[in-house]
Amino acid sequence: MGKKVMFYPGCTLKGVAKNLEDSTVESARVLGYDLVELPGWTCCGAVYGLAQDSVKFTIANVRNLIKAQNFGKEIGDNRLLAVCSMCYNNLKRAHIDVMKNRDKLKTLDLFMDEEANYEGNINVMHYLQFLKNDVGMDKVAEMVKKPLKGLKVAPYYGCLLLRPDEVAIDDREDPHILEELFEILGAEVVDYPLKNECCGSYHTVDKKEIVGERTYKLVSVAKGMGADVIATSCPLCFFNLDKRQEIAKQKHSEFEHMPIVYFTQLMAIAFGLTSQDVLHFDKHYISPEEVLQKWL
Amino acid sequence: MKYTITKDPHEDERVQKIIEISGQNIFSCYQCGRCSSGCPMAEFMDVLPNQVFMFLQEGDVDTLLNAKTPWICAACFTCTVRCPVGLDLAAVMEAIRELQLRKNYDYVDPYKVEDREELPPIAMVSNFRKFTP
Repeated sequence: MGKKVMFYPGCTLKGVAKNLEDSTVESARVLGYDLVELPGWTCCGAVYGLAQDSVKFTIANVRNLIKAQNFGKEIGDNRLLAVCSMCYNNLKRAHIDVMKNRDKLKTLDLFMDEEANYEGNINVMHYLQFLKNDVGMDKVAEMVKKPLKGLKVAPYYGCLLLRPDEVAIDDREDPHILEELFEILGAEVVDYPLKNECCGSYHTVDKKEIVGERTYKLVSVAKGMGADVIATSCPLCFFNLDKRQEIAKQKHSEFEHMPIVYFTQLMAIAFGLTSQDVLHFDKHYISPEEVLQKWL
Repeated sequence: MKYTITKDPHEDERVQKIIEISGQNIFSCYQCGRCSSGCPMAEFMDVLPNQVFMFLQEGDVDTLLNAKTPWICAACFTCTVRCPVGLDLAAVMEAIRELQLRKNYDYVDPYKVEDREELPPIAMVSNFRKFTP
């Protein structure tokens, strides 16, 4: 049994992104950590409310933080890990927002009178920050059993790990945390110039064509740089870059498909966890099986 | 395009509302254009992000309420983090949407969304949060 750390999975990891959840939890287990699901967590709201005169979009996040505060005392750890970029961004922004604007926190504490007040001591972390700062990249390196030698990976951060500045897990214009991880896993990292550009996000619901165009650009450039796969941490980026290749192909006949993976799946494979119970390749529209065959 | 500014934009009620909702001083924009040059969605917009501020400073809210731009912005914050005067442009786009959404306007009808089964929950939650009241 490893050391217990609180884990906030988020809705998407329970369904279409099962591959992200299982590869995260299992890779952490290899590193000696037991990611315990936060009891009673609710949806984070996916996008943070930007209207300054309203606190309604902050309620769910603060409620989650209060749940983490209670459970954290039980297990004696105040870190709350998220791996979905949207969940991380929302929880972290909510924490910073109510710490900066105490009147907002007061309104929320009064509104949620059945809960304890939020004391502000929860450390919301993305799994990548946890790997780098708490576990240590040298520990990750120790656990690599099958180096991904020869695999060309384009790291893709998207928006929500890097923006706005207050929640950025690395330099927002030139991040390197994913590159560092993939090099340790033995992969060859492609210097991908579009790594922090938006994929089109929620427009995938009502303006698929726009997302198709974004996907066409993001995937073709990665292909042109010689990448075999694009690796990301956001389930919405994953869905857009993976599934919307269908539209990109319809619009541009010369377009070539490329598999998309989560960074945690590459970690799991390098750690020797190649079971489909962890990797769930059936969740991919473009299967990465052929590209990753050598290491499976 | 030729038009006349008939009223002091500082006193325009809707401009004030946008300032209040977004918390941003829209008059501090000096048209450097850095927002539009880095915007990944600019090619799909009818009014560029810097032009949004031009129209606001002139009190022409109608043009913005009829524009596609606030509904094309994906709130990726690329402009927000790069703005030299620190304007949160994504919040201003949200305020322009809010002016309409708060009148119980549905930009997206959740019941008419195609392939609901395959979309990730975060796609729908974020879309409906941005595009419905």
